[in-house]
Amino acid sequence: MFGLDKGDKMESGFYGSSLKCKFEESGLANTHAIMEKAVRWFESRSIFVVAYGTGCGAIEMPPTFTSRYDAERMGVVGVATPRQADLIILSGYLAYKTLRRVIRTYEQMQKPRYIMSLGSCPINGGMYWDSYNTIKKLDDYIPVDVAVTGCMPRPEAVIDGFVLLQERIRNGEKAGWEKYDENLKFYKDNQKRVLGGHVDPAYETDWYNLNGGGIA
Amino acid sequence: MVFQIILLIMLAYVVGFIYFGLYRNITARIQGRYRPTVYQSFYDSIKLFSKKQSVSYGWMFYLGPIIMATGAVLTLILVPVFSDSDFLRSVTSQGNLFVLLYLMVLGPLGNALAVGTGGNPFGVMGVVRGLTRLIGLELPFYIAVVGLIIAANSSDIVHIIDMQKIGGLNIINHPLLFIGAMISMVGFFGESPFDIPGAPQEVYSGPRTEFSGKFLALLMSQGSLFAFAKLVLIVDLFLGGADSLEMLVLKTFAIFVSIIFIGIVYGRYKVEQAVDFLMKLPTLIAVLGLARVVWFG
Repeated sequence: MFGLDKGDKMESGFYGSSLKCKFEESGLANTHAIMEKAVRWFESRSIFVVAYGTGCGAIEMPPTFTSRYDAERMGVVGVATPRQADLIILSGYLAYKTLRRVIRTYEQMQKPRYIMSLGSCPINGGMYWDSYNTIKKLDDYIPVDVAVTGCMPRPEAVIDGFVLLQERIRNGEKAGWEKYDENLKFYKDNQKRVLGGHVDPAYETDWYNLNGGGIA
Repeated sequence: MVFQIILLIMLAYVVGFIYFGLYRNITARIQGRYRPTVYQSFYDSIKLFSKKQSVSYGWMFYLGPIIMATGAVLTLILVPVFSDSDFLRSVTSQGNLFVLLYLMVLGPLGNALAVGTGGNPFGVMGVVRGLTRLIGLELPFYIAVVGLIIAANSSDIVHIIDMQKIGGLNIINHPLLFIGAMISMVGFFGESPFDIPGAPQEVYSGPRTEFSGKFLALLMSQGSLFAFAKLVLIVDLFLGGADSLEMLVLKTFAIFVSIIFIGIVYGRYKVEQAVDFLMKLPTLIAVLGLARVVWFG
């Protein structure tokens, strides 16, 4: 989009793999588990959201984040750029064209990253069930962590989704981004099936193929 | 001394983050929202430090936040925090106002280098807007500081604090200089009439657009350290410093709250409007204050 493809990524964080090994070697695995739990708690209390307004659900976002429902009291804040975001909210149906951009935005986010979808359309196509250019099941293309149902879900339901996501993060359940890493071929194949051979953000795939430091 | 420096950085980190938590609290209440917890900025910081990935564009991208943090920490340890104690006195006696004014510009320049490496157009746009604003922002503040230096006949901050103990507070003796400096302080805090570099809804996050994970965490941390340092500087220059922790918190918080209230009430200027305004009214006020100091003492 803006010539950002050059970026190489690095693994880091409190519980990077090398640190984990060191802890386990020195018999501090318990300490590591406690630390991991604490970090998970902080992660659940601070969720930066990039709200990708597709479809009609975009209208539910402003009341969720402003005076009436105030998602900030749970630590859920909107940010302007996917680089800083932990959660992307996809608020409605996705055309193939939109899916391209969504994949790109999702892959620009830094791990751990989560996806929330609003409404029926990302689950089974909803009222676009027979559309020729709309995806029917979003979870086949990118891993959805929380699907909030409704047509459209009210802000209460969206906040319920936030609470569910926070519980999952706190419990350390397997998140969508981990599934995406493990089953990358499955997701990329599905994406190629609808988007044609060339899936726009090639760098994520290349990064895995070249084992880090790949430049697409 | 190293222990004292670490203690000071920890104090500034905690106080800075709690101030920003309070800032979010107060903003939320004024906007009629419920409110986040006071520790929310602290949670954000820990979460960002523990992110598993942070995108990077080479060594200059690493250096940018570090240069900014260096500027913030140096400013922090060169500003005398407690007026009567020997706390870090051997370090603060090394610096004077000229060094501090130089260090306050170090951060934006380091940021500009890092953002340039990132190559994000919104980041570059933010930096250009920030540096343009700095032209207007520095003028009233520097004039106010020069006025204080002439009044105290010294550029040593400890001497300026001591002078206020004898002759009364600078905020009463030199109100025009205080007003000029405070208006540009609103800009230095990135508050609303002058929040043009990172203008939300306009240039996304501005200079921070491309920073993620621990880079963003470092930027946030240095922001809170620097905010605390600037508050202490204003307290030292105009409110006679603070001799105890309670007085320090009270005085810095008073300045902080007044800056917040200004920021919440006003809308945002365009870039040229901000520079125009800063070069006219606050500069005029500061110049009048300077003239008063020069002619009437």
